[in-house]
Amino acid sequence: MNETVQEIAQQEYKYGFVTEIEADVAPPGLSEDIVRYISEKKNEPAWMLEFRLKALRHWFTMKEPTWANVSYPPIDYQAIRYYSAPKQKKKLNSLDEVDPELRETFSKLGISLDEQKRLSGVAVDAVFDSVSVATTFQAELAKVGIIFCSFSEAVQHHPELVRKYLGSVVPYTDNFFATLNSAVFTDGSFCYIPKGVRCPMELSTYFRINQAGTGQFERTLIVADEGATVSYLEGCTAPRRDENQLHAAVVELVALDDATIKYSTVQNWYPGDKQGRGGIYNFVTKRGKAFNRAKLSWTQVETGSAITWKYPSCILQGDDSVGEFYSVALTNHYQQADTGTKMIHIGRNTRSTIVSKGISAGHGQQTYRGEVKILKNAENARNYSQCDSLLLGDQCGAHTFPYIEVRNATATMEHEASTSKIGEDQLFYAQQRGISAEDAVSMIVNGFCREVFRELPMEFAVEAQKLLGVSLEGSVG
Amino acid sequence: MLEIKDLYAGIDGKEILRGLTLSVQPGEVHAIMGPNGSGKSTLANVLAGRPRYEVTSGEVLFEGKNLLDMPTEERAREGVFLAMQYPVEIAGVNNIYFLKAALNAVRKHRGDEELDALEFLQLAREKMKLVELDEAFMNRGVNEGFSGGEKKRNEIFQMAVLDPKLAILDETDSGLDIDALRIVAEGVNALRSEAHSVLVITHYQRLLRYLVPDFVHVLANGRIVKSGGKELAEELEQKGYDWVETAEVA
Ligand SMILES: Nc1ncnc2c1ncn2[C@@H]1O[C@H](COP(=O)(O)OP(=O)(O)OP(=O)(O)O)[C@@H](O)[C@H]1O
Ligand SMILES: [Mg+2]
Repeated sequence: MNETVQEIAQQEYKYGFVTEIEADVAPPGLSEDIVRYISEKKNEPAWMLEFRLKALRHWFTMKEPTWANVSYPPIDYQAIRYYSAPKQKKKLNSLDEVDPELRETFSKLGISLDEQKRLSGVAVDAVFDSVSVATTFQAELAKVGIIFCSFSEAVQHHPELVRKYLGSVVPYTDNFFATLNSAVFTDGSFCYIPKGVRCPMELSTYFRINQAGTGQFERTLIVADEGATVSYLEGCTAPRRDENQLHAAVVELVALDDATIKYSTVQNWYPGDKQGRGGIYNFVTKRGKAFNRAKLSWTQVETGSAITWKYPSCILQGDDSVGEFYSVALTNHYQQADTGTKMIHIGRNTRSTIVSKGISAGHGQQTYRGEVKILKNAENARNYSQCDSLLLGDQCGAHTFPYIEVRNATATMEHEASTSKIGEDQLFYAQQRGISAEDAVSMIVNGFCREVFRELPMEFAVEAQKLLGVSLEGSVG
Repeated sequence: MLEIKDLYAGIDGKEILRGLTLSVQPGEVHAIMGPNGSGKSTLANVLAGRPRYEVTSGEVLFEGKNLLDMPTEERAREGVFLAMQYPVEIAGVNNIYFLKAALNAVRKHRGDEELDALEFLQLAREKMKLVELDEAFMNRGVNEGFSGGEKKRNEIFQMAVLDPKLAILDETDSGLDIDALRIVAEGVNALRSEAHSVLVITHYQRLLRYLVPDFVHVLANGRIVKSGGKELAEELEQKGYDWVETAEVA
């Protein structure tokens, strides 16, 4: 398996690293012309353009939602560029060519690029701005029938699959940001695991917003056919910029009968500076549908973005299907997060678990918003929700809004919640034993997040821990 | 080891220590007694560098270095240990992991090699025996749900592992049953040597029977009003503090 990466790496050294990426960008603004421009650039079939145009027309009739517990100045959707692609004709072939900002981020996390090669058992699709620039291990995966490629490639080479499942979980009419995405999405990852196949490696996508003044609208579609199993990782970073940038992605998961999809995210978009200038607006729709006995598991560690608006959800359609949501969200400085999940129990004996850990520091504001819906045919449905908040300092806030709707009396619901504070006394105690305040905070935070971290694949768990450390820098003392 | 000269300190604008002077030589055990509210814990906290305590004047030298200039963790790494009157709970942080981090921070500061998990565990097991603390406590959160006496024993366990030059015990004996009292005293005695000094704050003579001090001081109204040998503790127990306080005024 390592050969491919090695090969690519060798190849790459010939060309050296790309430091500045020249981009092919669309003029700012949103119109049918822009949508046609994108579709044409990508040489899409008519049905794809039709999907986009329907979404766009619908979007023009919609209003931006205001129910989330976040505040930001109005976004001028006509000022955003909806397409930006690296100009170089030569495809990037490996993570080794990833731009220096990303390398810097990794080295700040203590992961050198050499160490990064330890991740060589992970197949990666790298998305820069609007375009997928490299997908590794494709050949390897193809041997067992797995399709892992950029969304654009999937539209070209596997139109029947894309057409069948695109919008089947998140319809183009779903919500303001998902509808916008449906109209203008430019790329993303596509993955199909055939019947009965257990994916032999972790699949992952690294998203990167690079170009100024652009929005990023990627689309991920993962289909696990009957009895298939896959674990998928998503990582994101963006450069520091004083302006806010919009990221409105859609992720759809389809787990057919007896399939399992585990989707892990370490979200580290640029959060803005200490004064709250700049940062990514992360308005994302993530949802999965689980058929009979299928299992969907969302694990997320959210440390980045100026604003996060995100509710990875599970539609438990089939009998005996299982949904899980494990989340750590951290808001520091002036970050705001309104995040949580929805568990919709439709089938019988459906089970869901929600474990949400919110950490607020500085002036960070955080809201957990969770909805558990037990529909009337969902006999013996069970939900367990646990929702804990940890506060650092007294200028931050944590808010919890659990919504529960039960239409079947056989349902079992359990809800636990707690709020704790890292106190001066605890820090003093640690410091009196020789431990620095930073280390003490990171120990406490890691202890607090343990239940979620242990759901992450190993490499990600380590990365996540370091990330929390970095994100909390300057929050004590 | 420790030189406190004419120390004035307080908290939240309230002056508590008023001209306290005390000198502790290497190897000595000093007991500090005194009525409630006289400033014993204040002294301990000021020495340890607890936030919000302010020193208004005076000087504290630790091995010739200005202790008051050092940040809290540096004082600890230099070898000042405070067994607290009210040990703090840190939920979710493994007790043994916490202590390993502490020991390695101290060792790093001293220029010693950090211990790996195995070496550390060996050391910890040995010290655990000393304070007769069950291993089950190691994998719980720091002091999380510990009983009062268990917390105190955990403090002594930490002290034994960290091997400080100056140990300050703030009422470590209060709330301990007779066996625990002996265990704590033995723990401290094991530390006793040429290189180690102990400042033990207590209300009771009974601890001092096991842990025999070289000097006993009475703290009242923010300063030391009387000093003597171990017999002073017995005298105090019989006569109470009024006797010293009046004696001092007279
Ligand atoms: N934050 C504060 N603001 C005002 N006064 C305080 C504050 N903290 C402590 N004090 C006071 O300082 C005085 C000394 O307190 P300290 O804890 O040092 O006493 P102590 O000698 O240790 O007493 P004890 O034997 O009861 O433990 C007490 O009168 C106490 O009420
Ligand atoms: Mg006291």
